Formats: sequence, C-alpha cells, structure tokens
Amino acid sequence: MNATLRRIGLAILLIALCAVPYLVSAYGLSIMTEILIFSVFALSLNILVGYTGLVSLGHAAYFGVGAYTASLVAIHFSNNLFLTLICALIISAIVAFIIGFFCSRVSGFYFLMLTLAFSQMIYGLVYRWGKLTGGDNGLSGVPRPALLGDLLIRTPVQIYYLIFVVFAIVLLVLNILLRSPLGQIFVGIRENEARVRSMGYNTTLYKNLAFVIAGALGGVAGSLYSYFNGFVSPKDVYWTLSGEALIMVLIGGAGTLIGPVLGAAFLVLLETTLSSYTDSWMLIVGATFILFVVFLPKGIVSIGPLLVRILRVPKRRPAPARSAEAQDIKAGIEQNGVGT
Amino acid sequence: MDIFAIQLVNGLSYGFLLFIITCGLSLTFGIMGVLNLAHGSLYMVGAYLALTVTRDIAPSFWAALVIAPILVAVISLIIEFVLLRPTYRLGHLSQVLMTFGLAYIIHDVVRMIWGASIQSLNMPPELSGSVELFGQVFPVYRLAVVGFGLAVAVVLWLLQEKTRWGAIIRAGLTNKEMVSGLGINIKLVFSVVFAIGGLLAGIGGVAAGPVLGLYPSMEFEVLILALVILVVGGLGSIAGTLLASLLVGILDTFGRVMFPEISLIIIFGIMAVVLIVKPTGLLGKQVH
Repeated sequence: MNATLRRIGLAILLIALCAVPYLVSAYGLSIMTEILIFSVFALSLNILVGYTGLVSLGHAAYFGVGAYTASLVAIHFSNNLFLTLICALIISAIVAFIIGFFCSRVSGFYFLMLTLAFSQMIYGLVYRWGKLTGGDNGLSGVPRPALLGDLLIRTPVQIYYLIFVVFAIVLLVLNILLRSPLGQIFVGIRENEARVRSMGYNTTLYKNLAFVIAGALGGVAGSLYSYFNGFVSPKDVYWTLSGEALIMVLIGGAGTLIGPVLGAAFLVLLETTLSSYTDSWMLIVGATFILFVVFLPKGIVSIGPLLVRILRVPKRRPAPARSAEAQDIKAGIEQNGVGT
Repeated sequence: MDIFAIQLVNGLSYGFLLFIITCGLSLTFGIMGVLNLAHGSLYMVGAYLALTVTRDIAPSFWAALVIAPILVAVISLIIEFVLLRPTYRLGHLSQVLMTFGLAYIIHDVVRMIWGASIQSLNMPPELSGSVELFGQVFPVYRLAVVGFGLAVAVVLWLLQEKTRWGAIIRAGLTNKEMVSGLGINIKLVFSVVFAIGGLLAGIGGVAAGPVLGLYPSMEFEVLILALVILVVGGLGSIAGTLLASLLVGILDTFGRVMFPEISLIIIFGIMAVVLIVKPTGLLGKQVH
C-alpha cells in the first residue's frame, strides 16, 4: 500500500477514536474500550503469528501475568499508573524471555503445543497460588490508576482516553518497528528461516526477541484490562483467551498492521451483540470462523483490495476477476501454510 | 495402601480411556496432517448419543456401545466430506483452524440438544458392583475399562501391523505422496482414517460416560490431555501412545489426590520437558 495513504488512514483512525466518547453511549464506550484493549493484545500476538510466523497458542500467559502484576503492584505498593504499567511490562517480558528460550527450539505443531503447555502451567500457578493471587476468586477491588500523586483516572471516559493513548503509542511504534530492518528480519524468518540463517543472522536470537516484544506488549494489554475492570481472575490466563486472540489475528488479517485491530473489533462486537440475543454465541463465532478460513483466508483486510479488483475489471470479461480472487486466496494459503 | 491400589486402578482405567481417544487423534494427525481440534467434540457427541440410545432407543449400555460410535463415525465421515475435503489445498494451519471453529459449533449444538446440566450414563448392571482381589475391593467397571482398553490396543496393533489396511496406514505415515503414487486412492484412505478416528472417539465417549460424567466443556478437558499424550507419546507409535496415556492417566489421578495444587502443572511440565529434550516424543518416529 501507498505509504502516504497508509499514514492518512492511520491518522483518520486515531482522530475518529479520539472523538468516540462524544459520539456513543456509556455502554458503547465500554465496548470501545474493550475493543482497544484486545486490539493491543491481538497486535502483540501478531508480531509472533503474522510477522515471525510462530503460531503461538499461549499468549494469554502474558496477558494474565501483566494483569496480575499491575493489580498486585497497585494493591500492595502504589497505584501509580507508570509504575504499574512498567512493572507489568518488565515482568511479562521476563516471562516471555524464559518461555521463548525454550519454545524457539521447536517449530510447527510442537511449538503450538509447547506455548500452550507453558501458558497452562502459568494458569495452574495463578489458580493454585491462592495467597498471592486469590486463587479462583481472583483479585477484586484493584485501585484505579493514579496519574500523578492523587490524580486518579476514575471515570469511564478517562479510562478510555488512557487506553486510547496506550493503543495509539503501540500502533505507531509497531508501524515503525515492523518496517524497520528488524521487522524485515522477522518477516524473513516467517518466509524462510534457513535462508535468513544462512545469511548470517542468528535466527534463534531474533525469535527470542520477537517473543520478548510480543510478551511485553501482551502484558501491557493485560494491565490495561485490569485498569478497565478493576478485577482480575484466572480466566484472564486461560487458554481460551489465547485461542480468541489467535482468532482475532487471523480473522482480521495476520501479518498486516491494522488487521488485528479489525479482528478484535469484529470479535468483540460479534460477542457483545450476540450475547444479548442468544446464548449460543460460540456456534455463530465458530461458523463465522470457518467461513473466514474457507472464503477469506487473508482476513478482513483483504476485503477492500478484493472489491477494488473485482470492480475494476470490465464487465465484458468477468473471467480475470475470478483469477484475481484465486490468486488472492493462493497467496493466503502460502502465508497460512507457513508455520505448520 | 488401600487408597494407593484403588487410585492406581482408577489411574489405569483413566489412562486406557485416554488411550482409546488419543489413538484416533494420533491416526488422523499422522496420516492426514490434520490436527483435529474437534476430536474432543466427537468424544462428547459419542457420550451424549449413548445417553439418548440408552434412554430412548434400546435401554442397554451394550447397544449404546455399538450404536453410538458408529453414528459418530458417520458424522465424522460427513465432516470429512463436506468441510475438510475442500480444504486440503489450503494448508495445514487452515484445517486446524477449521476444526477449532467446528469444536465451537459442536459445543453449542450439544448444549442445545442435551442441555447444560451434568448428566451421567448408567453403568451396565453386570459391571456395576465391586469385586475383591488380593484383599482389596475394586469397582468392576474400572477393571473392565482396563481390560477393554488392552483389547482395543491389541486390536489396533494387529490391524496396523498385520493387515493390508494397516500397511497402507503405516506407509501413509511415512510418505503420503509415495502411497498415492503406488496407485492407492489416498482420498479414500483419508476418509476411512477420519471415520476410524471418529469411531475411536465415540467408543471412548461411551466408555467414559459412566465414570467421568457428561457435561458441556467435557470435550476441552479431554482434548487438552489427548494433545499432551500425542506429544509425549510421539507420532506413529501405538506403544508410545499407550505408554504416554497410562503415564498421564495415573499422574493426573494421583496428582488430583495427593497434590491438588499442582496436578495440572505436573502434566504440562512433563510435556514441556519431553518436547524440549526429545521433540519426537518418548517412542515416536520422525514423521514430518
């Protein structure tokens, strides 16, 4: 995509998100806040899944570690925003470093299972270490974050803006990072790890680095969630959350900057609207997911270019449209096939 | 000592149940390359179908043990034909994701049909008592499950090692392209293998019904353990799967009693150690 166009698009998105509290109801605002939190989470997972080609099913570990760290620091030491956020970031980065150290030695299905195993071990730890984490009950009554001294971030609008600012920073930093030489190495590992290694890069080291960045940002998302809810529970570490994040990335479009944001918005909106009409949202989410896998393997982001291509084709010759679509799907296969 | 012996039998019977279920998963993953995340769902469907059979069709556990797995096999055949067959060209990850979506769908469909409350399958009256062995009292059903699991293991081993179909399956594990190059209809093999996988999941579901109970999300608990066994045991080895199943079954049972704090961590810890030290599993061969 055109670089200027991309920048304009990003700016419009951020300005629109800035105006949200003036446009929607209180309920809408809480949904938007949730979308932004899960966008940060999906963006962090996308570094692994989309850019480095490491399909992780254990990303909830960092979300949970971040959420619990921020809450525990806020309860026991200080509810200063920067302190809790940085503690969450550092601790989840350390956890990601340890997990990544082991996981980057295996690949494909074994990688998926090993990340799952580590995240479930952390879940077990959180669930059973009742003295520290409150066990099954979780931690409730987490104090609101304070900006400076006693200046609390209290109202939903303030919380929204806090989360929006973090979201914007993460998005802009990733926008730069993933197009930097470092980001290109990640993409190289996704496309052909052996070749990147033969060029003299220590790919294991770079995979570890991808882990640490993704884990740290996942921890940030978790701490945002604890500010928003004022409550954390073992559910925030459970593997279903990892699965949901993976769905968000893939439905939105893995390996694109904005894809995970769209995926997170899609899934959160789908779940919140459906849960008010029917109990069986899992059925609808599952069916939607299958439809995406079959018909739109590159995710929501590919709808735009696909439509443009179909519309541009002259009416007399419909055949090229189909082949363009087929090429698109084929590209999606090649992209999706990596990592298995 | 009392508790130890009884828990050992419980652990063994749980291990054999997991073995029956994991064999199907291992087979489909080894041959088709499809990591079927809906395998636990097939197990659940088997258990619930058995409930319907014993209540409404033939009030006998044995009838259910025959009918329900066959129905599950038919369902898997339909799934393979309608959903998986068009996706073989899409790559492995797409299929994994598709079965993940399918697991979500089945979860809700089962809840809609059979309700969300915990239910239980009645034991066959012949096996519902307990028996005294070596001065200990054991529940007969658990012992029967152990024997049944052993029988299934022997039958599977014979099928895989001594029959033509078994030879095709073993060859398919090593090199799919070569097998189809030799003039064997690999699509048919895929369908049969997936149906067998469903059959085994269904058998596991019926056999587990009386001891583990029927409730929504039962499938994810079993799926996670089956995936662990798949990794620990290694691919393409019935003996490896059996060893890992018994290990996980016994560890899980003892873990729940003796160290409830860390039972989950022990199992995942073992899996992590095996994956790091020997990524092909305890007895697995290098397949992919």
